[in-house]
Amino acid sequence: MKYVDEFRDPRLIKQASEEIRRLTDPSRHYRIMEVCGGHTHAIYRFALADLLPPNIELVHGPGCPVCVLPMGRIDEGLSLVEQERAILATFGDVMRVPGRHGSPLEHQARGADIRMVYSPLDALRLAQDHPDREVVFFAIGFETTAPSTALTLRRARELGVSNFSVFSNHVTIVPAIRAILDSPDMRLDGFIGPGHVSTVIGARPYAFIARDYGKPVVISGFEPLDLLQSIVMILRQLGAGRAVVENQYGRAVPWDGSLPALRALADVFELRPYFEWRGLGFISQSALKLRPEYAPWDAEARFAVAGVQITDPKAAQCGEVLKGVLKPHQCKLFGRECTPEQPVGALMVSSEGACAAYFNYVHRRTAAASV
Amino acid sequence: MTLLAAAPTTRFADRQIDMAHGAGGKASRRLVEGLIVPALMAASVGDPLSDAAYVTLGDTRLAFTTDSFVVRPLRFAGGSIGDLAVNGTVNDLAAGGAVPIALLCSVIVEAGTPTDILNAEMEAMGAAADRARVRIVGGDTKVVEHGKADGLYITTSGIGRVDPRAALSPASVRPGDRIIVTGPIGDHGITVLLARGDIDLAADLRSDTRSVYPFAAALLDEVAADLRWMRDPTRGGLATSLNELARDCGLSMVLDEERVPVRDEVRGACELLGLDPLHIANEGQLIAVVAGGSADRALESLRRVPGGESAAIVGRVEAAPARTVLAVAAYGGTRVVDMLVGDPLPRIC
Repeated sequence: MKYVDEFRDPRLIKQASEEIRRLTDPSRHYRIMEVCGGHTHAIYRFALADLLPPNIELVHGPGCPVCVLPMGRIDEGLSLVEQERAILATFGDVMRVPGRHGSPLEHQARGADIRMVYSPLDALRLAQDHPDREVVFFAIGFETTAPSTALTLRRARELGVSNFSVFSNHVTIVPAIRAILDSPDMRLDGFIGPGHVSTVIGARPYAFIARDYGKPVVISGFEPLDLLQSIVMILRQLGAGRAVVENQYGRAVPWDGSLPALRALADVFELRPYFEWRGLGFISQSALKLRPEYAPWDAEARFAVAGVQITDPKAAQCGEVLKGVLKPHQCKLFGRECTPEQPVGALMVSSEGACAAYFNYVHRRTAAASV
Repeated sequence: MTLLAAAPTTRFADRQIDMAHGAGGKASRRLVEGLIVPALMAASVGDPLSDAAYVTLGDTRLAFTTDSFVVRPLRFAGGSIGDLAVNGTVNDLAAGGAVPIALLCSVIVEAGTPTDILNAEMEAMGAAADRARVRIVGGDTKVVEHGKADGLYITTSGIGRVDPRAALSPASVRPGDRIIVTGPIGDHGITVLLARGDIDLAADLRSDTRSVYPFAAALLDEVAADLRWMRDPTRGGLATSLNELARDCGLSMVLDEERVPVRDEVRGACELLGLDPLHIANEGQLIAVVAGGSADRALESLRRVPGGESAAIVGRVEAAPARTVLAVAAYGGTRVVDMLVGDPLPRIC
């Protein structure tokens, strides 16, 4: 299969893996953060740890939208179904995120009208097909998915669909990276930069990481060879004492990003003064809300949204895992109270969450080996 | 699938029944083991799961099984609910080492369903039964209000005579045995998903629904004494069936990922949707575990059966890590393959 098989070529992967061994200093420990949840999933799915020397540690970053969504937002979305008799439409990943009284999937099983969609345009179509119902799209994601929400909102406005609105949980990646860099327990040597987000925002927004914090950033694709090559590039920078932004994922990421997508974002969204991130707390200017021109399609402007704050279960250590301070299996709940089937913390929900990826692809292998 | 339980059991503690409890993966297993078996078959708590139950009458050992079909939509490329209803039950008997003899068929029809649709499905069942050489000997019909059964639900129950050469049991599986599949995996699940039209993907793909009895018969003819275990990997796919085996026999199933036959259309759809072909339902494949020394002969016998040309040896049984399924990629990475969790593709059969 084109664009897949060549990036899983055993011969090339072996070469890259050997190159990584050559470039590492055995006396040094390397901590490299992959920011994006898609990368976290790929690292476990492709068992890249098997191909890396033991002194390279991959630290899982905050780039999994479902994982950083605070529980209160789920409850608010669900409350719209009850209060407004609305149809709530959302992506599959959100369906299993636990709210206080169960996940959207559990609410759906009890009769709540919640629909899984693959695109926000499908949610708009639902609104057109059910003119007597309110349809709320529970929007989630980084700059990767925000443009499709923006284009859908433009279309809703053009077509004058008045029973459609968006509950925006879109967040932006750069403030989260900055929060991690400013965190006192940060000990990172470099970053594997987000792939999908960068197709929209390009490579420029990461310049400060190299310039102000002296850390290499390499934007990476999602296949095993992409990730290994990105690690090679980071190690080369570290070896040469350099820190710049490089783009390994040139086949998808233009240096300046996608201008039409950025225009759509600027047209529809503005930054919130602050937004709560699960595990990371409040981060200023880190999330997107609809501009006033789009208020008629803004669920937060149209309906009473309480702004509930719910603290995570005390024992769950999602925050520490999100910041890379703890490995998933070091959390007290991991694999016992908290599993992909019955997640307590959101990192266990999405396949991009570090805990779910670790549980699915690694956990039993190491558990069995240690017996 | 007729479900028997395996130890250890825990009480079913979920607050309500969700779609995942019907998906054939972890949640289904919990429901069956934790609630249904303790209530109905307390004496069987601790027995391994199998595709069919066994009943002995005098000197004759019979396999007995039942399966319900709630697929949506009713028709899809390569088949329909009628085909599934016959083949699904025939396949449970065949995987249980039995020659299918007779089926009963129960239909629940939604009021307002066009007669043509019901007629077409009954004809599909008749034709599938002829192809599978099994007789439908009776049944039952119920009608429910409009809006209640999504057109048509079908349940079939089947009885078969266990082949005396079959000595199938997870307990007979040994390290060094080979894992064989009869053809490309995931065709059925992805075909039904695409037939729903929820996603704008088009692929030239058909359900693999068919009787797998000819494969089971070929294996019994060729390597009976070395045939350890068979399963018809429907909901939850190859991964779920092999996890059940790994748990029941306490060994490790190691897949050579590159050798698992998967069509490009299925791989592509799975890559796009974040699914694993190993978790996708099949309706016309058989997995068999065969002693290492007989594996090549077993494979040849499967490839001689029409439709078995792409059968493949996809992995081997190892002692450790216990109760685990692993997949080794061509480039050297090894990952754990879990049972299906949740329900990414509801109502696939």
